[in-house]
Amino acid sequence: MNGNGEALRLEKVHKSFDDTYVLRGIDLSVAEHEVVCLIGASGSGKSTLLRCVNLLEDIDAGRILVQGEEISAEGVDVDRIRRHIGIVFQSFNLFPHMTVMRNITLGPIKALKMATASAEAEAAELLERFGLADKRDEFPDRLSGGQQQRLAIVRALAMKPDIMLFDEVTSALDPELVAEVLNVIRELAAGGMTMVIATHEMGFAKDIANRVCFLDEGVILEQGPPEEIFTSPREARTQRFLQSIIEAGRM
Amino acid sequence: MTGPRAFVEEPLGSPPPKERGSKLLGNRAFLVSTGSTIAFFAALTLAVVLAPGFKAVRGSFFSFRAMKESFFGVQEAGLPPIWRAFLLNVKVFMIAEILILILGLTIAVVRQIPGAVFFPFRLVAVLYTDLFRGTPLLLVIFMFGFGIPSLGIQGLPNSIVVWGAAALVLSYSAYVSEVFRAGIESVHPSQMMAARSLGLTRWQSLRYVVLPQAVRRVIPPLLNDFVSLQKDTALLAPLGAIEAVRAAQIYTSIRYNYSPFVITAFMFILLTIPLARFTDHLIERDRSRRAGGGAR
Repeated sequence: MNGNGEALRLEKVHKSFDDTYVLRGIDLSVAEHEVVCLIGASGSGKSTLLRCVNLLEDIDAGRILVQGEEISAEGVDVDRIRRHIGIVFQSFNLFPHMTVMRNITLGPIKALKMATASAEAEAAELLERFGLADKRDEFPDRLSGGQQQRLAIVRALAMKPDIMLFDEVTSALDPELVAEVLNVIRELAAGGMTMVIATHEMGFAKDIANRVCFLDEGVILEQGPPEEIFTSPREARTQRFLQSIIEAGRM
Repeated sequence: MTGPRAFVEEPLGSPPPKERGSKLLGNRAFLVSTGSTIAFFAALTLAVVLAPGFKAVRGSFFSFRAMKESFFGVQEAGLPPIWRAFLLNVKVFMIAEILILILGLTIAVVRQIPGAVFFPFRLVAVLYTDLFRGTPLLLVIFMFGFGIPSLGIQGLPNSIVVWGAAALVLSYSAYVSEVFRAGIESVHPSQMMAARSLGLTRWQSLRYVVLPQAVRRVIPPLLNDFVSLQKDTALLAPLGAIEAVRAAQIYTSIRYNYSPFVITAFMFILLTIPLARFTDHLIERDRSRRAGGGAR
């Protein structure tokens, strides 16, 4: 930690896949304990941005810094970096052949070299806190979608990350299951977790974010406090996007 | 009355009426299937028994005396007991299966390693698979069994059985590695991504997340290959190793009776059935643990 309170910084990050240019110069700074929501149409680059931060994708140009350390540089130990950054995916990506308990303790035991007993004790605590205590010996296939996504969040939290990334974590859920997952994220925000959240849930973003970033065609077109972005967006594209969301009845 | 009209008359929301007719129909279906089965096998048996050469076949293929004699062997006549020879088949496939699992999985994993540095490893794995899958097994066995001991290299075993078994291992590992590879590729890349996102290394992710799922999925095709391997241990016979088929051959060539072949075939069948049931058990256990039944 370098003491300036900046948890994450992206400088002119570019990324393309074959012939699609996904990120065209992203500049973003996230302070510690800050909750930043990324909004924008599908394909605007939200997911790619999160994956680049977790080094699941290499960037083509620019720099990514986590607490002052440049993680996008050649030769950094990607596994070490990832241990400090938790990510939760839209499609859960739980390990179907492992019990709930094993899903959670795999990272701490194998990547952090924690003793099994203490990893399990911590996992049990997390399960208790997020209402999954009775599921510890179940397999993920036997949980509801909302429980699976909560489990995925717990699995990421078990690594005690400094930053949590959420990639449209409620998009694959039935509407009645969305709230339980969002409540977990709210609780994390209340606990001071630094978070970057890509979401389509505008009401939630308005509610939880310290700052909202509107992504459009691979750049952050507009950012600011939620009151400002949602009530008086400056850019025409932002206005159009929010208008379409309102028309779809999603806000 | 049966048929769809009966349902229409029922008030909405009540369960469909229990049909007395369906029970009767079930009984009738059972009778019909039993009858047709009996008729089919009776016809088949008659066709064999009434065949003009049946008497001769019965004597030379189904002679109980010859089966017994060959099974236990006749030492003074130089007839090796088939049961003891069969132990060689069992020994060879048991050792070979373990080595094949290890070698096959290793090759499959090597083919997955990304990065330019590892290109030569991937190349060797591909060449190996192409070579040993493409060569007839019998030729590989001849070349290993006769060729390598003839080199007379100090320190290498010169047993025909060892080199024959090595040929089996190398040939089957090529097939089994492809089975494993298909299994690995069937595990969605998001699983690898999720494991890596937790800070697990590529190898840890493979070891704890991808391979366990891949291996589970390929158990049925693996069993298929192993049943095939159990039978192919008979291919050590042309090298001169006294395994079951060879022992049966010796008997037939001296006593001019083919009954030992039948008993040998029967032994191979008996050998494969437990493996098949064990695999069914594994698949069933995995299925019930993950879905329906109790997870406790």
